[in-house]
Amino acid sequence: MAKPRDNRAWLLVLPVVALVAFSALIPVMTVVNYSVQDTFGNNQFFWNGTGWFKELLDPSTDLGGRFLDALWRTLLFSALCLLIEIPLGIAVALVLPRRGWGVAAALVVLALPLLIPWNVVGTIWQVFARRDIGLLGAAVNGLGIDFNYAQVPLHAWITVVAMDVWHWTSLVVLLCYAGLRAIPDAYYQAAKVDGAGAWAVFRAIQLPKMQRVLTIAVLLRFMDSFMIYTEPFVVTGGGPGNATTFLSIDLVKIALGQFDLGKAAAVSIVYNLIILTVCWVFFATTTRGQGEAGR
Amino acid sequence: MSGAQPRVAAPVGRKDAAPVPAVLPGTRRSARPEMLRAIGPRLLLALYIVFLLVPIYWLVNMSLKTNAEIASGMTLWPERPTLENYRRIFTDASWYSGYINSLKYVLLNTAISLLVALPAAYAFSRYRFLGDKHLFFWLLSNRMAPAAVFALPVFQLYSAVGLFDTPWAVALAHCVFNIPLAVWILEGFMSGVPREIDETAAIDGWSFPAFFVRIFLPMVAGGVGVAAFFCFMFSWVELLLARTLTTVDAKPIVATMTRTVSAAGMDWGLLAAAGVLTIIPGAIVIWFVRNHIARGFALGRV
Amino acid sequence: MARIGFDHLAHAYPGGGYALKPMDMVWEDGGAYALLGPSGCGKTTLLNIISGLLRPSEGRVLFDGTDVTALPTERRNVAQVFQFPVVYDTMTVRENLAFPLRNRGVPAAAARARAEHVAGLLGLTRDLDRRARNLGADEKQKISLGRGLVRDDVAAILFDEPLTVIDPHLKWELRSRLKELHRQVPVTMIYVTHDQTEALTFADRVAVMSAGEVVQVGTPEALFERPAHTFVGHFIGSPGMNLLPCTVEGREAVLAGGGRIALPHAYPALPGKVELGIRPDFATLARDGLPVTVQRVDDLGRRRIARLLLDGRPFAATLPEGMPVPAEPRLALDPARLHIYADGRLARGEA
Repeated sequence: MAKPRDNRAWLLVLPVVALVAFSALIPVMTVVNYSVQDTFGNNQFFWNGTGWFKELLDPSTDLGGRFLDALWRTLLFSALCLLIEIPLGIAVALVLPRRGWGVAAALVVLALPLLIPWNVVGTIWQVFARRDIGLLGAAVNGLGIDFNYAQVPLHAWITVVAMDVWHWTSLVVLLCYAGLRAIPDAYYQAAKVDGAGAWAVFRAIQLPKMQRVLTIAVLLRFMDSFMIYTEPFVVTGGGPGNATTFLSIDLVKIALGQFDLGKAAAVSIVYNLIILTVCWVFFATTTRGQGEAGR
Repeated sequence: MSGAQPRVAAPVGRKDAAPVPAVLPGTRRSARPEMLRAIGPRLLLALYIVFLLVPIYWLVNMSLKTNAEIASGMTLWPERPTLENYRRIFTDASWYSGYINSLKYVLLNTAISLLVALPAAYAFSRYRFLGDKHLFFWLLSNRMAPAAVFALPVFQLYSAVGLFDTPWAVALAHCVFNIPLAVWILEGFMSGVPREIDETAAIDGWSFPAFFVRIFLPMVAGGVGVAAFFCFMFSWVELLLARTLTTVDAKPIVATMTRTVSAAGMDWGLLAAAGVLTIIPGAIVIWFVRNHIARGFALGRV
Repeated sequence: MARIGFDHLAHAYPGGGYALKPMDMVWEDGGAYALLGPSGCGKTTLLNIISGLLRPSEGRVLFDGTDVTALPTERRNVAQVFQFPVVYDTMTVRENLAFPLRNRGVPAAAARARAEHVAGLLGLTRDLDRRARNLGADEKQKISLGRGLVRDDVAAILFDEPLTVIDPHLKWELRSRLKELHRQVPVTMIYVTHDQTEALTFADRVAVMSAGEVVQVGTPEALFERPAHTFVGHFIGSPGMNLLPCTVEGREAVLAGGGRIALPHAYPALPGKVELGIRPDFATLARDGLPVTVQRVDDLGRRRIARLLLDGRPFAATLPEGMPVPAEPRLALDPARLHIYADGRLARGEA
């Protein structure tokens, strides 16, 4: 049955719109306003037109080169996170028990990393991966590998990615688990009758039925990994050098470190547009062709 | 139709061999892969859980050591366990007030988010209205705005309206990403309640507010719980906005921690103890919603 | 294809009583059987035991005399069609139909040919390359059925209330196609339903179940004319069989109100609660017979049913065509159609 059309429903959404607009729209306008100006401190602004954007999108300039570097780093980081967390999350969701006391216990442990403040997550890994006082760092060094995330870019990357996997894979697990639980028993019974093995069951039933939650998982994980700031900042401070300076870390450096508001605003806008575009493209491609006949 | 008979029979001859391989893989299965099949999944799960717990254990371990013991070398468990670090946190107002400040804005945010998200989610789940889809995606797009982008303008905004360094500033700022999420989750749960319920209640003479509170809310209680959980979670774990919008009076625990770190030397034991204490509220909340978490994500549009 | 036997078969869920009471039974190869009973009577339990999704707590299941009790579903060569259509969403109809064969290592070309043949039987040829997800419930149910038919080695095809989610006007079409299919492909079919029309039109033999027990197996005619149990009499037919408490004295039944009815047989001494049963179809409102009061007359289109009170109990009888309700209504019973039940079970008369 189709939903009735009633524009009075706007009254019900008005509080949400007002609140979100207050906290989001005004800052967005401020950002847009800054992005076309330059400042020399003391709230003195000068019209700069599209100057920042031109500079930003031209890799030969200082700002443009810096932006592009950070963008590639961030994209690589997001890609690594998705490539590890999505398959691992699916695998763990598949092996989670479906009933019994173990379910609640496992879910509570799984959800634990999600509820730790992000800077504490950073702190945990900052400590955990240190060679002098951290278990992981010491263990790896014990194996004869000179592991030092403060000095070696590769080690810094391994630490930051491992941290993100530790932090967020559970979200993928919970989503996939919810998707799996929604599959009626009859599907598994039919698959048994049809002689399907575990792999065939996964391909024919579980993966298709998880498609919707996987879409949500990929979107959320992309957004959040692409926006990541606090955790790597606590662990590496963006270093060694600029090795783990992701877009958001760079942005804060420009905005608060150099107080270059115009530049920072322009970076913000391009940054936000990239996320919106990627999400939209992904969303549009995964949901295409599904609308035909409902579920 | 009698022609169908031989055609049914025809492939039988060709396929006579087929039932044999169908049975074989079962009988061929030797004891070892069978065992692997049984143990493999549990092993993966066990390894993953260990992977999740070890870093947390390490934090707890460190929080129970003195700085001298931490510096003196690696031990898998505290040789001389001490609660000194915890005692310092609970006796120093600049530490424990951080927890209270954090809880203030987190609870405030959860309450505000739910309060406004409930009617909005109802509207999205029950009606079509001018611009509904665009509005929904605009809301969600706020979830995609990096906090780093907003930090400075949000700081200026709340300074301008005089809310800077109050729990309200952080609570309202967190609404930007929590309200869209709450609407999203609640809309999913509400769409699962048949509309006939609303119509029946209207016929029975319930006013809309009375119906909503007395009949409808209890039916989506699970969804409210899940939405509250996520609002709590994302507000509790966020640092950047919370730190930007406070200085002294409303300074949250997460900010207290970062500032202590940059102070003279590293007080690892104290830092670890403070970290452990930030995990506890979350753990308590998970315990209450453990049966609903898995469901909360599965519903909702996309 | 196989003859299916139950040897002292019973099932009790842990901590509960019998969900399925001990039974011995043989179902012939190639038959069309229906398991009919109200919800919770154990029919789905029995079906799942046959398919191997459930292991019985007692007794054995035999396929052609071979004990298959311990065999898992995938090794039993049964096919099952579920209440809600199960199709593999992302596959085409063709891939769905070939799926059971591919899983069993049948080469792609042979599986394809077989899938196309079955699609022909089911009238799905035009949809072969469509995604299964986009089909209607009736077509999806045909695919589930097709996945059973596609394997020519299946011992039996089991149907678990397959028409539940099908639109009424399509139910009839699907049912007749099933019947037609059974004529073309002589495979044992077992059809579980709570709908007597479905059971009686589909099956050659119907097993009626009540409270975990198969109370009668027989042809639709036998169930109608000679119900072996008051439950069968009551459950089958619309309205169901009339049952009147009575005592038997020689060749006469004496009703509670003192009315006497001649019986076709003499009966030995009967234990327990004794009842006289007769279908409304064989009881007519007449000018002679037992005095009754008429409460109302239901016009069912093809016939009229008079709702009566006999000794203060409700009783349904046929009002013959063209006959007005008599001023002093009386009830005539066809003696050949009278049955005596003792504790619910049909009592055997003496010759």
